[in-house]
Amino acid sequence: MPLSVQETEIKNPPVSRPPLDPHLKALENEAIHIFREVAAEFDNPVMLYSIGKDSSVLLHLARKAFFPGRVPFPLLHVDTTWKFREMIEFRNRVAEEYDLDLVVHTNKRGAAENITPFTHGSAFYTDVMKTEALKQALDAGGYDAAFGGARRDEEASRAKERIYSFRSPDHKWDPRNQRPELWNVYNGMIRKGESVRAFPLSNWTEVDIWRYIQAEDIPLVPLYYAAERPYVERDGMMVLAEDPRLELKDGEEVKRGMIRFRTLGCFPLTGAIRSTASNLEEIIAELEIATVSERQGRAIDRDQSGSMEKKKREGYF
Amino acid sequence: MSASAISSHHSSSATILPFAESAARVTRDARPLRLITCGSVDDGKSTLIGRLLWDTKAVKEDHAATLARDSGQQNDLGLPDFALLLDGLQAEREQGITIDVAYRYFSTDKRSFIVADTPGHEQYTRNMATGASTADLAVLLADARAGLLEQTRRHATIASLMGIRQFVLAVNKFDLVNYDRDVFERISAEFQEFALSLGVRQITAIPMSALKGENVVLPASDAMPWYEGPTLIEALELAIVRITQAGGFRLPVQRVVRPGESFRGYQGTVSGGAIKPGDSVAILPSGTVANVSQIVTFDLVRNAAVAGDAVTLVLDRQVDVARGDMIVSIDAQPLTGKAFDAQLVSLQQSGIEPGKRYWLKSGSRRQRVSVEPLTQLDLSSGQWRAHASTLAMNAIGKVHLAFEETAIFDAYEQNRATGAFILIDPDTLNTVAGGMITGKRANLAGLKREGDRVLLSLPADLAEQLMASELLAGRRDEVEVKRLTPADAAAVWKNAGSDI
Repeated sequence: MPLSVQETEIKNPPVSRPPLDPHLKALENEAIHIFREVAAEFDNPVMLYSIGKDSSVLLHLARKAFFPGRVPFPLLHVDTTWKFREMIEFRNRVAEEYDLDLVVHTNKRGAAENITPFTHGSAFYTDVMKTEALKQALDAGGYDAAFGGARRDEEASRAKERIYSFRSPDHKWDPRNQRPELWNVYNGMIRKGESVRAFPLSNWTEVDIWRYIQAEDIPLVPLYYAAERPYVERDGMMVLAEDPRLELKDGEEVKRGMIRFRTLGCFPLTGAIRSTASNLEEIIAELEIATVSERQGRAIDRDQSGSMEKKKREGYF
Repeated sequence: MSASAISSHHSSSATILPFAESAARVTRDARPLRLITCGSVDDGKSTLIGRLLWDTKAVKEDHAATLARDSGQQNDLGLPDFALLLDGLQAEREQGITIDVAYRYFSTDKRSFIVADTPGHEQYTRNMATGASTADLAVLLADARAGLLEQTRRHATIASLMGIRQFVLAVNKFDLVNYDRDVFERISAEFQEFALSLGVRQITAIPMSALKGENVVLPASDAMPWYEGPTLIEALELAIVRITQAGGFRLPVQRVVRPGESFRGYQGTVSGGAIKPGDSVAILPSGTVANVSQIVTFDLVRNAAVAGDAVTLVLDRQVDVARGDMIVSIDAQPLTGKAFDAQLVSLQQSGIEPGKRYWLKSGSRRQRVSVEPLTQLDLSSGQWRAHASTLAMNAIGKVHLAFEETAIFDAYEQNRATGAFILIDPDTLNTVAGGMITGKRANLAGLKREGDRVLLSLPADLAEQLMASELLAGRRDEVEVKRLTPADAAAVWKNAGSDI
């Protein structure tokens, strides 16, 4: 006779919460289904972990999907070395507390050549330290499937992304030649060297993410919550001024104010917004009346129209 | 250690009062409604979806600014070019057409919506089938000036084949026919008749101008005082999210979880019915019987699970269960066998070849199958015509499926999750067809093909009459008639209905 679940040894036992509303429950069920399907069909999956709110939700769903088992794949963080300090602290704490296998990869060549967002421009920097670094890490790990937290509502080219997004051996995405995807029957058959990016959050919107974080009490990097912080205004963005590598240009000065971040990336390329929303209720309320998209603060998306599609074709998430 | 050591801001502070009402507003009691929009190239489909997104405030200012910058122009109403909003890919922007399925999201106070936007060109039937496979409702566009086109009928036919039972007919560009009520009545009556012939009974027709935003999100009582029906968004809010997954309990096993020697759980998404601890289940295809002892989720042990729930089941005894098996209620089991009937949509250039061995995936089960095409749907007439050769891309056919090992299905009409499948080409590994099970084939069919001859099993007297008829006179060599007693013949034909 098998023992009941209470008698098995479970690390970090979950706590009981009120049931999710049907909308979030449907999204959660779909995501868990995708996690399990990929874990069962692929030999060597990995989860891309960017430390942001979507990654936090993704990780939470992965833990739910495989409970009472462990998350059966490693988390991969591509560290450009230009992330916010609080992100790295949070990452290390999460990995330890949830008993996760964390793989951190930095493009050593790019770092050695001192490629920075300040010196090489956001497009080139992103190409080397994010896109190139991601490919290196995926090749090094020999992963045949990689989970990502991308949502279709984020950006126009992502709206056409499949849940299983097929990639060639050199990680290229061919948007004109995607596999049809019907019902929730996913085709996980690939050849050696090819891979699939899997997106369990495809059908979630930004508000869904926040409401789920609230309902499930998911911990986040504190930068998402408004606080008085130092910043510099540059190129129409408010750049957090806490990292000593940020050098002030002529006419720039460090100001202080109530700010927060809607997305988190590399600090020189991620703009803050003015906000007093210091808890989830206030953030959701703020979102409801927001008139600009969350990626508006991202410098890399604004380089040119269709820039996300270009990056995706090249292998960016 | 617990998660609480990591900073969490769930508690509220003193400054939230002005926002409390707004935050409460987004609480939605319904599951998201999935819909597909179909229309010909010039029916204004992109404009309609753009309008839905715009008027429900799903488009943010920076996206709109990008649009304005890219198009360099606005339309007559000072609004951005909605088509650009949807045609996300560079290639499409350059060609001015939509080349693939795009998914869009918007919501109202009452519900959220997922729209599959699919191309109107005939060669992209496959994309429409893809979008329709998950949709609860289809919005079909017609240009008020042109009325129902063959393309509209095709789209409606495909949508109904894929199991959509709710249609909204959007009679668009209604401003261009001077809001003429007679035009609306005529087009909607014609559509009603056509939709009924497809077996679709839930039909809402709405006169609208997507460009002007009339009857899309906002009503247009000034322009059309005679119209008392819902706006499009009202019709969508009232639509039903499909619950075909009633009937017997179904759990396609995705994986077996064994975190320790003492625990063995079967993980999957409930694809039909409901289960509670103590219920008896059968494991297919082996037929082994067990009882459910626990339903485990991250939110601790549950006392029931229903269709849609992603769960882990624990059984009361050691049984052999693997990925691809299905755990089902013991008293309402699905069909099992090696021969099934199905309808499928051919999705790739290579087509679906008779006799070729494909991979078939349904739920978590993947197995070898060979396909024998029987008929093909002529979309312009709605008739099924004999067709035993390759089903070309975009063709919709009725086929026989022959498996090497036992397959497990419900009819698609009964259960969309356990009745649907995809075919994968073993050479290219691409998805080459989407299919729907219509029934199981009896081993002893009344009508069989054997080489060049057709084998007919009939009551003896009927067989004599048929052989004597002039119709058969010239073709007796092609037919072999097996004479049965009326009772035996009735038993044979009872199982053979789906062959005809």
